[in-house]
Amino acid sequence: MIITVASGKGGTGKTTVAVSLALSITADRQDLTDQDLADQDLADQDLRDKESDSPAQSESVNPANPLFLDCDVEEPNAALFLKPAIKEHREVGQLIPKVDPDKCTYCGRCAEVCQYHAIAVVPQRVLVFTELCHGCGSCSLNCPEKAIHEVLCVTGTIERGWARGIHPSDSGGLGGVKLPPASGGPGEVEFAQGTMNVGEPMAVPIIRQLKQWVIPPDASASLGGTPGDRPVILDASPGTACPVVESMRGADFVLMVTEPTPFGLHDLRLAVEVAHDELGLPVGVVINRDGVGDRGVDDYCAAESIPILMRIPLDRRIAESYSEGVPLVEALPEYRAQLRELYHRIRGEMAR
Amino acid sequence: MKQLVILSGKGGTGKTTVTAALAHLASQEMSVVLADADVDAANLELVLDPTKREEHDFTGGQLAVIDPETCTACGICAEVCRFEAVVSGDEAYRVAPLACEGCAACFYQCPVEAIRMEEQTAGRWFRSDTRFGPLFHAHLFAGQENSGKLVTLVKQQGRLLALDTGAKLLLVDGPPGIGCPVISASAGADIALHVAEPTVSGVHDLERIMGTTDHFGVPSLVAINKADLNPARAGEIAAFCTERGVELVGYIPYDTVVTEAMVHGQPVTAYTDGPVTEALRGVWGRIREALT
Repeated sequence: MIITVASGKGGTGKTTVAVSLALSITADRQDLTDQDLADQDLADQDLRDKESDSPAQSESVNPANPLFLDCDVEEPNAALFLKPAIKEHREVGQLIPKVDPDKCTYCGRCAEVCQYHAIAVVPQRVLVFTELCHGCGSCSLNCPEKAIHEVLCVTGTIERGWARGIHPSDSGGLGGVKLPPASGGPGEVEFAQGTMNVGEPMAVPIIRQLKQWVIPPDASASLGGTPGDRPVILDASPGTACPVVESMRGADFVLMVTEPTPFGLHDLRLAVEVAHDELGLPVGVVINRDGVGDRGVDDYCAAESIPILMRIPLDRRIAESYSEGVPLVEALPEYRAQLRELYHRIRGEMAR
Repeated sequence: MKQLVILSGKGGTGKTTVTAALAHLASQEMSVVLADADVDAANLELVLDPTKREEHDFTGGQLAVIDPETCTACGICAEVCRFEAVVSGDEAYRVAPLACEGCAACFYQCPVEAIRMEEQTAGRWFRSDTRFGPLFHAHLFAGQENSGKLVTLVKQQGRLLALDTGAKLLLVDGPPGIGCPVISASAGADIALHVAEPTVSGVHDLERIMGTTDHFGVPSLVAINKADLNPARAGEIAAFCTERGVELVGYIPYDTVVTEAMVHGQPVTAYTDGPVTEALRGVWGRIREALT
């Protein structure tokens, strides 16, 4: 089951909720015995020994290990909280045209078909403006001389690995215990993120390739999927433009994290328009910093029959733990039960 | 005429709060034109109480449309589409509008000419009056492409009016992130003010947004919002600024009065005199010096 966490407005707590949701629905590490943990460390060691030839993820993934994708490739922050051990990374980008001067007759067909003005033909020369190119391949398809082939222009990286769940020795804060790198044991979160290179304009191709790389094709549950479905959580970027749409496409549910203020409400409406009206996805709301602001979000949700699935009160301790990169459920473990409840309520909403 | 853009990288650090306050403070000393460059979540209008004077369509590009009568369901369009925008069907294929990037690859490859490209109205843009000066703002329709193009349009309109009327400052409220709308919002700016927050994410994102403005040759200033939330991280930002030779123009304290002002539809500096307003006055003073 794929859940995209979005918001419209930035800074409302998307990453806080997405990270803590993932950490709360793993097999409960609190219940693990010391022996389990020792076994797991051995397994980790084993896996690391094998890694030199096969860096890929372990063969069978425990369905209880959530998969987390940070799709805010412009400003990816979830890794600051989940602190994953990255096992594999790839350079990604988009295909751009390369013209073979021996075959090119400067007929101008490529420039004519390009809708982005990314290719221009001047006497005896073809100019490619990489930053305008969308990588659609139309120029190469339409070249009568087959003089254009495409090459990868790297605009970012995608990475994957594993993040530790909440360790029994973590008692708020970082615990100070040196843990071996995570590798898919009980209680862990499989992690993936994309990072767009600074100065690049287009986030969508990176998000698209990140999703293709790590989300198994059968991850999306048809409505009312079985409770054993592996949860996949996508942390989207703020706004409602194309990167957010790409992060929502293919999801089963969109969880909107908002704050009860006029800005929060204004942008929530727009995000719901995208998720619900345009993409036809079920949505639910988490009100963060409940108590600040006004009743606008409550009234809107009631009028639109959008379920409010959780409320997180305005609490300076939450802001402070966030500022240090400590996940909410680690700093304030009492939220763990509430986030599990949130997950069950999402499932309940989907089954309706 | 000087152009100042307010940016942040990370969302929700207080760009619009700072922009509205600067609009209020600057307009007391000089004529100002405002542009909201966060076209997919435009919030400046919520605290400036604008009166709309003009409204225009924004044509954002094209969309492929398949005529179901002519379509033979051969599937070539779906094969050539790189954006997963063509949805297959038994008798006819169709295009998912939100996924289509308007590249026209399918249009050129369709053997039976069943596909046409249609101009898309992707949003609306407005010229409004506010008590601090004219405001150019826009609304990009849900999930549309080309936000960078609309940002450029909104800014250009603001710039033309500013030049026309002899306004001294074009103040641009930027979008979050570092991608195309941000690049469009900061193009041609004399100064970018980065509103940073003292959190691990805030520090990380400041480095990336400053890398972006550096890349495009726009000089930076930094203000730390909610600075007292984590003094150690605020210190880290200050050290980072020193290391990069960037001026830190102010520490704005955390105060719920900011939200109160927003609920009342007011810039915080117009709503109350207090530590936040005092800090923002200081920020504006330093920016004014840097601009001249």
